[in-house]
Amino acid sequence: MSFWKIAWRNMRQRALASSLTGLSMALGVAVMICVIVIHSVAVRQFQQDAQGYHLIVGNGKGSPMELVLSTVFHVGTPLYPIPYDYYREFTDGKFAPFVEVAVPYCMGDSFVVGDKVFRVIGTSPDLFDKIKFDADEQGNLLGYKFSAGRNFKVENCYEAVLGSVVAAQSGLVVGDYFNPTHGISDGENPGKEHGAFEIVGVLKPTGTANDRGVFVNMEGFYLGDGHALTPKDDAELKRPIGPRGEPKVDEPRGTLAPPLCYDTGGAEVTPLPERQREVTSILVLCRQFGQLQIDQGVNKDPTSPAQAITPTRVVTQLLQNIVGPVQVVLLVLTILIVLVASISILVSIYNSMSERSHDIAVMRALGASRQAVMLIILVESILLSVLGGLAGIVLGHGLVGLAAPYVVESTGVRLNVLEFDEWEAVILPALVALASLVGLLPALNAYRTDVARSLSGVR
Amino acid sequence: MLRIENVKKSYREPDGGRLPILDVPLLEIAAGEQVVLRGRSGCGKTTLLNAIAGLTTIDSGMIAINGLDLSRLPEAGRDRFRARNLGYVFQTFNLLAAFTALENVLLGMTFTGQRSDPSRARKLLERVGLGHRVHHKPAAMSVGEQQRTAVARALANQPVLLLADEPTANVDPAHQQQVIDLLRGVCEQENVAMLLVTHSPEVSSQFGRVEQLEEVNRVATAQTPAPGPQPPAPCPQTPAPPSLAE
Repeated sequence: MSFWKIAWRNMRQRALASSLTGLSMALGVAVMICVIVIHSVAVRQFQQDAQGYHLIVGNGKGSPMELVLSTVFHVGTPLYPIPYDYYREFTDGKFAPFVEVAVPYCMGDSFVVGDKVFRVIGTSPDLFDKIKFDADEQGNLLGYKFSAGRNFKVENCYEAVLGSVVAAQSGLVVGDYFNPTHGISDGENPGKEHGAFEIVGVLKPTGTANDRGVFVNMEGFYLGDGHALTPKDDAELKRPIGPRGEPKVDEPRGTLAPPLCYDTGGAEVTPLPERQREVTSILVLCRQFGQLQIDQGVNKDPTSPAQAITPTRVVTQLLQNIVGPVQVVLLVLTILIVLVASISILVSIYNSMSERSHDIAVMRALGASRQAVMLIILVESILLSVLGGLAGIVLGHGLVGLAAPYVVESTGVRLNVLEFDEWEAVILPALVALASLVGLLPALNAYRTDVARSLSGVR
Repeated sequence: MLRIENVKKSYREPDGGRLPILDVPLLEIAAGEQVVLRGRSGCGKTTLLNAIAGLTTIDSGMIAINGLDLSRLPEAGRDRFRARNLGYVFQTFNLLAAFTALENVLLGMTFTGQRSDPSRARKLLERVGLGHRVHHKPAAMSVGEQQRTAVARALANQPVLLLADEPTANVDPAHQQQVIDLLRGVCEQENVAMLLVTHSPEVSSQFGRVEQLEEVNRVATAQTPAPGPQPPAPCPQTPAPPSLAE
């Protein structure tokens, strides 16, 4: 009979105590699994959110972190806008030769549904037509897809596309209308309502922060109250007009702004003159070697009002400086939980040693060496830990699976029940080591069992 | 087969002195021989059995089985020898409650360093009349069945010597004879020598050779009262057995 079987029989003999001990270990490991999976998903999510473009260009007076947080993750206060003319440098100006796609972001409005607040982003249809946000396992780039409807059209001012989470939580569908409110709302004091936008598309879940975004046609966004830059603003702020001096406003170039726009009823609408426009940030997908040119052209030019940052680099800093330490704290806490569970195994086995000293003495009388009985106790400790750990891994993934629908609905982050992190492979070996350590004390007790005394009934 | 020569054993007393328990000049048992050892309580019968089994170390002398002096073996060697060559039937059976009858017998094979033989374990249980109870745990068995299981376990490794420490003490009179018949029968069949400790005159009268511990053990001899009407004085109470390391 193997030592495993002897240990298993001993565990079954004390089924209740063994189960409770195993359960405490399972709960500890389950919490650890949740932290590991969430950490892994969060890291991937953070990194994935900033995929699909090389640079973000925004106001040079803010920090790169603020620019990334507001542009990529839709949190925090957006930086002060940069002139529209500067954006034009990327579409048909000096940076245009290095640019594949430049997508403008105009931020500052909100969409309030009950107690939930979503950011409204005025942008161009290029965001969904030309930016790829992910890649499949074969490395093929994946673009945005619509679960319903279509992308908004540049000439239809008041069309909008909802992220999947927004659609799920607002209940809005294609064909519905909604009114953005002015300003970044805290949910309690929504700003003044703008005109209604028609929802023409709902994005499929992307697992990025854009699932929580409301994307409206930039042309309609500009026509909202308070979004037009007045000459007075221009004069008071004394902001640079543009790198090439006075911008040639009111002369639409390329395909950026249509000469005419239409409202939801099909009536003609006059777009906001370019002179009165600003953009909060620009997502730039560069051509080959273009990133370096733009980086130098924007960041090394003292007259530039903007900064160009590499979002992935900032996200990496974010992970290292903010998310990383938090995760470390959580991991340390869960490790402490597992340690406590391990100590409960020690206590459980140790407390049973006096009642099983007789059995150990019998085994010794049958020829078991001191090392053998010691090993049996260690095996029991390891068995309890590993079985508890395995149950914890199943439980942890089960909890992740249970939480997945809620998480994807509220955050857009997709959790996969069967998603195993490489760190999980460390858990079981670590538990074996830990169990060997905590099993050592009762095992030594078994080692020292006085056979003659125990057989005579003296304890 | 078994030769005990000048074996002395004493326990340390709290005041630092030594309390002698065993002083056996000579005791021999031939292969397949069945010997009863009688003696009053506390005269060192169990200590002698434990010393033969290597569970208790002796102060001096020799305990040799088939020419191998166990007292010269290290503890691990004694453990291994005990597992392979000795069977032990305890007064209280000492079956492990967590294991079935079959597993208890298999447990006897576990520590030999060789593969357990379930078919032999089954055959042994069948031989002691428990072929239908192999998967029952001790709690579900009668006292007689438990003792028969203990006998089967003691014979699991085809020992050369079976040590039986008052195996009928906890069995009702109706089953005592069955246990003795069983032990004698299987030892004869397996050609196993047996040293059986008992208080029972009925049991000892069935054996051809009965050794009185008071005659074998000089310590006990010294304590034996002179023949006469006075009640027999008990042997000095053996202290609780000390640790193996002693």
